[in-house]
Amino acid sequence: MELKINGRVVKVDAPADMPLLWVLRDLLGMTGTKYGCGMAQCGACTVQVDGVATRSCVMPAAALAGKEITTIEGLADGDTLHAVQQAWLDLDVVQCGYCQSGQILGAAALLKSNPKPSDADIDAAMNGNLCRCATYPRIRAAIHAAAAKLA
Amino acid sequence: MNEIVNLSRRGFIAKSSALAGALVLGVHLAPRGYAEQVNAAASGPVDLNAFLTVAADGAITVHVKHSEMGQGILTSIAMIVAEEMDADWQTIRALPGDARAEFAHSQWGIQATGGSTSTHTSYEQMRKVGASARAMLIAAAAAKSGIAAEQLKTADGAVLGPGPGQRWGYGELAADAAKLSPPADVALKDGKQFRLVGKAQHRLDGRAKVTGKAGFGIDVRVPGMLTALVARPPVFGGKLVKFDDSRARAVAGVRQVLAIHSGVAVVADHFWAAKQGLEALTVEWDDGAAAEFSSASQKAAMDASFELEGGSAKKVGDAAAALAAAREPIAAEYDFPYLSHAPLEPMNATAHVREDGVEVWAPTQFQTFDQLAAAKVAGTTPDKVVLHTTLLGGGFGRRANPASDFVAEAVAVSKAAGKPVKLVWTREHDLRGGYYRPRTRVSTKLALDADGKPHALQVKIANQSVLAGTPFGAGIADTGVDPSQVEGLDDWPYATPNLAVSYHMATATVPVLWWRSVGHSFSAYVKETLIDQAAARAKADPIDYRIGLLDGHPREIALLKKLREVSAWGKAAKGRHQGVAIHHSFGSLVGQVVEISIADGKLAIHKLSAVVDCGSVVNPDTVKAQIMGGALMGLSAALGEAVTFEAGKPVQSNFHDYPILRFAQAPAVEVHILESGAAMGGVGEPGTPPAAPALANALAAATGKWQTVLPLDLKALAG
Repeated sequence: MELKINGRVVKVDAPADMPLLWVLRDLLGMTGTKYGCGMAQCGACTVQVDGVATRSCVMPAAALAGKEITTIEGLADGDTLHAVQQAWLDLDVVQCGYCQSGQILGAAALLKSNPKPSDADIDAAMNGNLCRCATYPRIRAAIHAAAAKLA
Repeated sequence: MNEIVNLSRRGFIAKSSALAGALVLGVHLAPRGYAEQVNAAASGPVDLNAFLTVAADGAITVHVKHSEMGQGILTSIAMIVAEEMDADWQTIRALPGDARAEFAHSQWGIQATGGSTSTHTSYEQMRKVGASARAMLIAAAAAKSGIAAEQLKTADGAVLGPGPGQRWGYGELAADAAKLSPPADVALKDGKQFRLVGKAQHRLDGRAKVTGKAGFGIDVRVPGMLTALVARPPVFGGKLVKFDDSRARAVAGVRQVLAIHSGVAVVADHFWAAKQGLEALTVEWDDGAAAEFSSASQKAAMDASFELEGGSAKKVGDAAAALAAAREPIAAEYDFPYLSHAPLEPMNATAHVREDGVEVWAPTQFQTFDQLAAAKVAGTTPDKVVLHTTLLGGGFGRRANPASDFVAEAVAVSKAAGKPVKLVWTREHDLRGGYYRPRTRVSTKLALDADGKPHALQVKIANQSVLAGTPFGAGIADTGVDPSQVEGLDDWPYATPNLAVSYHMATATVPVLWWRSVGHSFSAYVKETLIDQAAARAKADPIDYRIGLLDGHPREIALLKKLREVSAWGKAAKGRHQGVAIHHSFGSLVGQVVEISIADGKLAIHKLSAVVDCGSVVNPDTVKAQIMGGALMGLSAALGEAVTFEAGKPVQSNFHDYPILRFAQAPAVEVHILESGAAMGGVGEPGTPPAAPALANALAAATGKWQTVLPLDLKALAG
C-alpha cells in the first residue's frame, strides 16, 4: 500500500488489517508514535490524519490511502519546532515523555480547529490523552502559550 | 568510601576511538552484596564506564547512574556535576548509564533507582566527580601554561589565568587532564557560590521527548530482532497444562511458539502478528487453589487476622486498656485496593542471548537484579550480562522488581528462540499480570480525652508483605512486621499517650510490589482522615488542631502555617469546601489543601495547593513537577483505581475499567517550596500520600462523612 506520511509517499507491504501504529513502528521504524492500550483509550498513539487527531492503534493503515498523515517526526519544520513543541520545552511539560507525542499532536490539532481554547475546551478535546505522570496542568498552560504565539 | 579514578588511564579510552583525547572520570565504590556477585567472575580491571566525559570539542557528557523515568534525574545529576566543574551548561548532555558496578546506589550497593533517593544519595558523590574534573583541568592548564594552579580560576567551561587572554577551554585541556591522577581530596564549593544548583534549569531530555526521538525500551530495534508476546496463567500461581499452537503458527509473520517458565510465548516478525498469534493460541491452564480467591474472600480473611495478635510495629503506653475504658472512640475500618502502576509504556525488555553472553536493553529501575536474573535464565554468570538502560516511560516502582520478571522473560524467550527478541506486554497483560500495590485493610480506634485531644490509638494493618521473600526482607520473619507497610503510621506524629500499631501479614498468590510512595500510599490516608475526624469531634479548625498536637515538630508546624496562607484556607467561595492533609515520607514533608464543590451530585476538584519541605533543592522546577505529578497520581487512585478479583482472576483489563486520571478530572495545581534548611529529602514520591486524604477531608467538609473505602464512592454524592 501507499501512504503519505509527513509529506512523503511511502510504499509499505502490510497486512490489510494492520493498524497504522504498527505500520509506523514496526515496519517503518518510526517509533515516535507510541503504543499504550491498543483500544483508543489512552491517546499515546495519536497522529493527525488530514489535520485531525486520530488514534493510530485502531486505524487500519489500509484505510488511509490518499490521506495526509502527520506523526511527531514530521511536526517540526526542520530544526524549527512547531509552536506547540516549543511551548512544551519552554514550560518543561514532559516528565517520562512517553505520552507526549500523542499529547502534542492532539494539541496541535486542537489549535487548528480552535485557535484560542479555554481550559474547558482543552479538557474536552484532550480528555482521551492519558498522562500517567499527570502533566495535565502544564499541558494546559503550554497549549495557552502556543495559542498566544500562533495568534 | 568513593574513590574517584581516572578511567582514561585504565584502558577504557583505547577501546573507543570516539573518546580519544577525552577525560573520563569514574568512581570506584567498594562492591558488596549483590554488586559483588556481578563482579565476582570478572578478571582483572573491568571495562569501566564513567560518570563524566569531556570531549576534545568541549562537549561534556554526564553518564547518570540512576534511571530516568520522568523524575528529571538526568538533568539534576548533570546540574550537580556541572556546578562543581564550572562547566558551561550549554555544553552539557546527560545519558542513562548502563549496568556497571561503579554505578551502584550510594546507599544500597546495587544499581537501582527508587525510594525517592537518587538526588540526595548521590549529591556528594556527583559534586566530587565535578570538582575532581575541575581540579584536573586546572592542573593540565597549569602544566601547559607554567602558571601556578593557585593562580588559575575556572568559569563557563574554561580555565582562566591572571593575565589578559589567558583562557583554555575544557575541550582543549581534556587530553592532558586525562593523563593525570584525580586529586585525593577536593574542596567543594560553598553553596552561596552556586550558579546552577538551586535555580530552575530546563530539562536536558525535553527536546528529544517533544520530537519523538527519545529512546524508550519499547523503541529498541536490534538487527534480526523478533517481537514476542506471552500468554500467562489467568490465575496467579496457575500452571500450563498444554497448548495448541496450530492456528497461531498459521498467522502470517508468526515464527515460533515456545513454552517458557512464565507461559507460552508467540514470537513473530512484529507486534501485530504476535498479538494475532496470541489470540489464535489455545492454552489449557491448571488454575490451582487460587481459583477460589476473590476480593470478598480476602476481606474476610484479613478481618479474621485482626483477631490475632499481629507483629507489633509500635507500642507506647497501653492503647488497648485505654480504649476499653473510653467512651465512643472513633472507629474506622479502611479498605485500600490492589493498584496497578500502569506506566504508559507497557512492560517490555529486549534480550539477545548469544554463545558468549547476554545483551539486554531494558527500561528498568533495578539493573543489578536484572543482570542476576538474566544470567540465571541464560545459564551464564552475571558479568557476562551487558545491560543497557533505556529511558523509562514511567516507573512508579513497577520497574524495580527484585524478581526482574520482564527481563527474565525476555531472556528466556531469546534463549529459546535463538534470536534477539523484544518482549512486550500488552496493556491487558500489564493490568492483569500483577505486581500490584497490595490490597490493604486497616482497622483503627481512636479515643479522645476530655479536651478533645488524642488519648489512645490502635491501628491494625493487614496486607501482603512487599519485602518478605526479597533481598530486602531480612528480619521480617522474626518481627512479623514489614516496615514498608507500617511506615507513616508507626511514626504517627500527633501527640497521643497510648499508641499501638500492629501488622497482620496476609498471604495470596497475587504478586505485590512497591507503588509510588509504598506504605505511605495508604498510611497517610488513615492518619490524616483520622486526625481530621478528631478535629471535627473537638470542634476545632483542622489546621489549628494539628498544630496543637505537633509540639517538637517545627517543620510540620511551619509547613501547616505556610499551607494555610497559600491555600487561602478558610476563605473558599460559597459552595466550595477545603480539605487538608500533611505527611512526612522519604525525608520530605508535604502538605496539601484540596478545594472542591459538589453540584448536582457531581464532584468537581478545583484546586490543589501544595507546600513541600524537602530540605535543600537542586532543581526547583523538578521539585514542583514531581510534587504536582505525585499529588495527581494520588487523586487518580482515590477517584477510580482498583484491581479486584473474582474466581481468582483480576477483573480489570484496560483503561476503560482501570480509569487513571484524565484531563477533565485534573485540578489546577500550585506548588510552593519551603526551604527549611533540613537535610535534602526525596521528591518523587512524597507528593502522592497527602492528596487522597486531603480530597477525602474536603468531601467530609461537604458531606460530614469520612469515606474509608478506596476508590471513593462518588455515586454516594448523588444520593
